[in-house]
Amino acid sequence: MTKKLHQLSIKEIHQGLEKKEFTVQELIEHLLKRIDKYNPDLNIFLTINPNAIKHAQEIDKQIAKEGITKPLQGIPIAIKDNFLTKDLVTTASSKLLKRYLPQYESTVTQKLRDAGAIIIGKTNMDAWAHGSSTETSDFGSTLNPWDKGRLPGGSSGGSTAAVAAELVPVAMGTETAGSVRQPAAWCGVVGFKPTYGRVSRYGCIAMASSTDSPGPIARNVHDAALVTSVIAGQDKYDATTSPLPVKKYHTQLNRQDLKGVKVGLVKEYLIDGMDKQVKKLVLDAAEHLKSLGAQVDEVSLLDPKYSISVYTILQRAEVSSNLARFDGVRYAQDRQSFSEEAKRRIMLGTYTLSAGYRDAYYKKALAVRTKIVNEFDQVFKKYDLILGAVSPTPALKKGASAKNPLFGEMQDVLVEPSSIAGLTSISLPCGFVDKMPIAIQLTAKQFNESTVFSVADVYQQTTDFQQFPDLK
Amino acid sequence: MAKKQITQADVEKIASLANLKVTSREKKLFSEQFTKSLDVIDQLQEIDTKGIKTTHQVTGLKNVTREDKIDETRMLSQKEALSQAKKTHKGFFVVPAVIHKS
Repeated sequence: MTKKLHQLSIKEIHQGLEKKEFTVQELIEHLLKRIDKYNPDLNIFLTINPNAIKHAQEIDKQIAKEGITKPLQGIPIAIKDNFLTKDLVTTASSKLLKRYLPQYESTVTQKLRDAGAIIIGKTNMDAWAHGSSTETSDFGSTLNPWDKGRLPGGSSGGSTAAVAAELVPVAMGTETAGSVRQPAAWCGVVGFKPTYGRVSRYGCIAMASSTDSPGPIARNVHDAALVTSVIAGQDKYDATTSPLPVKKYHTQLNRQDLKGVKVGLVKEYLIDGMDKQVKKLVLDAAEHLKSLGAQVDEVSLLDPKYSISVYTILQRAEVSSNLARFDGVRYAQDRQSFSEEAKRRIMLGTYTLSAGYRDAYYKKALAVRTKIVNEFDQVFKKYDLILGAVSPTPALKKGASAKNPLFGEMQDVLVEPSSIAGLTSISLPCGFVDKMPIAIQLTAKQFNESTVFSVADVYQQTTDFQQFPDLK
Repeated sequence: MAKKQITQADVEKIASLANLKVTSREKKLFSEQFTKSLDVIDQLQEIDTKGIKTTHQVTGLKNVTREDKIDETRMLSQKEALSQAKKTHKGFFVVPAVIHKS
């Protein structure tokens, strides 16, 4: 059976273009038709790029003349709506920014454009990235393409749903603590979190600046690695980016087995509240890694419940500071346009940073952060990777986030520690529970993206959990 | 630490520090929720951090600076900078008055 255009990976699109089986314009038109058909229901895209077809025609001309010369030439990509794009309204899914047309371009989207990618549109998210459901979006929740009664996760839920619904082969999200990995898990696609400082934050609407990390969402590990190779690197506009050289991660996926790879399975991460079937799938994944030659041992880390506290304190504090800039003078609406969730976060952060409480909360959290970092360092002296579940449950039902002011923090309990320590990690489908996808995460020490990608690639090549829903 | 109760008056004070307005419904809701959230984050008191340094950032980078020279490529033009402002005057942003005569 030949694949349909929307089922192609980046590599397959380039192969098809080289063989002249289709044009970039045909690909874009096909995807726009699918978006027309499914978006009204799923609420994935907030903005569609009106110039996408024109852009495709230009790239078709380039390819006719010179062949494919750029790594993402003609590749359609969806962008989470917190990356500033000069020609497209950028809202962070907030009313406050509903008509905001950025004065400059984010480094990530500039690099994607320079690599030949076509931005097809901007995707829905939790407003200001404050959440793990997309239910806090001021423009309505995105629905999970696997089951419209369920949430896609978040905050990058629009981007992960876009890839799961096969509206684009690849999308960009951002993580502060799990905002790529958790929705990727719930939507059953690959979600990658680079090391903090590996990818520039310039032009990303800030949430918690000390952990914000842009990352790709893709149909397979190779495509996530390829996009990471394009967007990573030092940026003179973001002083926290690392001067370490960037590898061509996608060209290093040449492992056949996992001989010599040491994996730690964290026993504290198999938490009590975890769905039993999810736990079984994680243990199955551990067995599978062993069968490929990896050594898998149980290891011990600080109870992840403390990461909920550390993350809540640091994130609220950084949010209160970052969102102080929205005064409605230079751009956008005034502060009265903040909706409830943003107010709640800004105010809790204001409180924990205020005189008399700063030491008890903020400084305490920063000290526990040191403990978390040190514990990971100890484990990574002996192990290459840490294995665990991404989310303790399959995608939850609509409305699940409404009652709990710490919904996201509780949902993201297993992804917060690695974010707090600035590590690199990937979310990979590892099976199904109640016909909903479940995912493992593989986490490595800082700047070991290559290890994460190459092991994840072997896992994916030797399993068949990467599937896509039948949208009818 | 003793269990901390956030009152509606506290919420009002925090809102004014954050330059936000809260409705009476939000005042009640936030006072309950903040009290509960503080309960959760207070778990950290269980961890002994005596003598442990704080980690403000995880990049390992220090003193990242650039030359003190004007780089025009990273500047917005006046037109770009003003393009999203609701009110401008002769090339300036118009800001609301913050000092009031009593």
